[in-house]
Amino acid sequence: MAVIEADNLRRTYSTTTGVIRRRRLAVEAVRGVSFQVEDGQLFGLLGPNGAGKTTTIKMLITLLLPTEGTARVLGYDVVDDSREVRKRIGYVFGGDRGLYERLPGLDNLKYFAELYGVPPREQKKRIEELLELVGLTGREKERVEGYSRGMRQRLHIARGLLHDPQVVFLDEPTIGVDPVGARELRQTIHTLVESGKTVLLTTHYMFEADALCDRIAVIAKGEIVAEGTPSDLKNRVRDGKVVEIEVYGIADATVQTLREIAGVRAVNVEEREQAQLLVVQTETDVELTHTLLGHLNGSNVGRIAAREPTLEDAYVALVSEA
Amino acid sequence: MIAIVPRLFWVGWKFHLKGLTMSSFFLLVSVIQPLIFATIAYYMYEAGAREGTLLYVALGAGLMGMWSSTLFGSGGAIQWQRWQGTLELLIGAPPPFIFTLLPLTLATASIGLYSIVATLLWGGLLFDVPLSIEHPFLFAVSLPATALALGLLGLVLASTFVLYRQASAFSNLLEYPVWLVSGLLIPISLLPGWVEPISWVLAPTWGVKAVRESALGGEPLFAIGMCLLLSAIYLVIGWFSMANFERLARKQATLSLT
Repeated sequence: MAVIEADNLRRTYSTTTGVIRRRRLAVEAVRGVSFQVEDGQLFGLLGPNGAGKTTTIKMLITLLLPTEGTARVLGYDVVDDSREVRKRIGYVFGGDRGLYERLPGLDNLKYFAELYGVPPREQKKRIEELLELVGLTGREKERVEGYSRGMRQRLHIARGLLHDPQVVFLDEPTIGVDPVGARELRQTIHTLVESGKTVLLTTHYMFEADALCDRIAVIAKGEIVAEGTPSDLKNRVRDGKVVEIEVYGIADATVQTLREIAGVRAVNVEEREQAQLLVVQTETDVELTHTLLGHLNGSNVGRIAAREPTLEDAYVALVSEA
Repeated sequence: MIAIVPRLFWVGWKFHLKGLTMSSFFLLVSVIQPLIFATIAYYMYEAGAREGTLLYVALGAGLMGMWSSTLFGSGGAIQWQRWQGTLELLIGAPPPFIFTLLPLTLATASIGLYSIVATLLWGGLLFDVPLSIEHPFLFAVSLPATALALGLLGLVLASTFVLYRQASAFSNLLEYPVWLVSGLLIPISLLPGWVEPISWVLAPTWGVKAVRESALGGEPLFAIGMCLLLSAIYLVIGWFSMANFERLARKQATLSLT
């Protein structure tokens, strides 16, 4: 039996525009997402900002009601059996928020240990173990407001694991954390999976998903556009080519024209200091460099290079096509 | 679940009390504001040459501070929890939300007890208010009964503030009318007749009656009983509204700012 099952989940937010003449708008954040996560698996939900990752995770952890569709965690429905789900899951949101800033880290952990029903006699030992796991031993009596972002994130993880949950949801846990801190966090996540927990991780870092996840679902504009192992996703672009062109000032309309050239799979623009890097993914059997340059008349062109596609290109192509 | 409730309340109350005392803004509201209220009330009393004693005025001013603190706690603190991202964590925890929220509103009402003490001391030092209490035991009972009733009224308000993001603006709006309607600043008898039934359902009305009658002499037991009765009614209303509003908040996505 799958530990996490999402079946055609949809979520619409209603919002308003205008000041005097207010209009109601419906924004579809998640549009029919289905996936399953097996016991002991680390499943990655990968997508750009605004793709619907956090909305999906919030429906699974019972903080948002789905507009349509169903989801079950450990066999419990997230709407009808929300209390049973809450007892058995832990979750960690990325970013600075979600902690009582003015109180010490230890007080935060003690309070949540109480809320999650950790027996009083076991609380001290459990908190000590978790502080050790996340590397905050010795800093627990300091107020959270003095913690660095990485320390806060580690405290979040300790909080989410207090009741030793079977399933852990991690929503962009390394966001805004420096490279060394992020690497340590990834090691902690790896340890969780080794200890037998089922983990659902959202991230927009391709390499993070590649390094950690057993399976990945790529989500874009509220829909899952691809699902498989990291190797499956890499195979999707193995038969393509990538041309990188450095340009100085390029109009959106020109980029759109490039996307419409036959043989072009995806065009991504990366901003550099004074230039932009056009990353153009093409079919293997076509040579499009001259055609592409022909469409760039009027723009100053710098370095041009061709290379093999990477996993990140696969991700960009999937997200661009959505 | 039943067995862990008292401990959950005790730990939650201590936790939120500690958190609130670490907030310089909340302390300013709780420490300085009651003294300002008391000063204004004393001068109003002197200028108006009203009936009653200075202690009567001092206790009313103390309750004004206590009500402000409760309102700030139920409205402002919910908004604060939403802003710092902890509202979702409290709702997402296994116990029913009322078990996590009630200790918070009781903690803010408890801090409001300080208003009574501060106002009496301020009055004694600056305005020669006599600090003699007629029924010390009943006075000691009426204070926690008042804090309980105010805390539970705060819970009812907080349940609506969970749903609406503009909670703090609404709580500010409720501050002055309740002072007037509950007889904290001026006797209810001076207000139009239709105000009186409104005052009966507000905890501050009975709270101030209980502390005044136990301090100045009278029969405070009825008012103390009303505080407890209203507490029970507020608890029932809070229980149902909290359950409904929690579900609505999950439907309308108002638990967080992101």
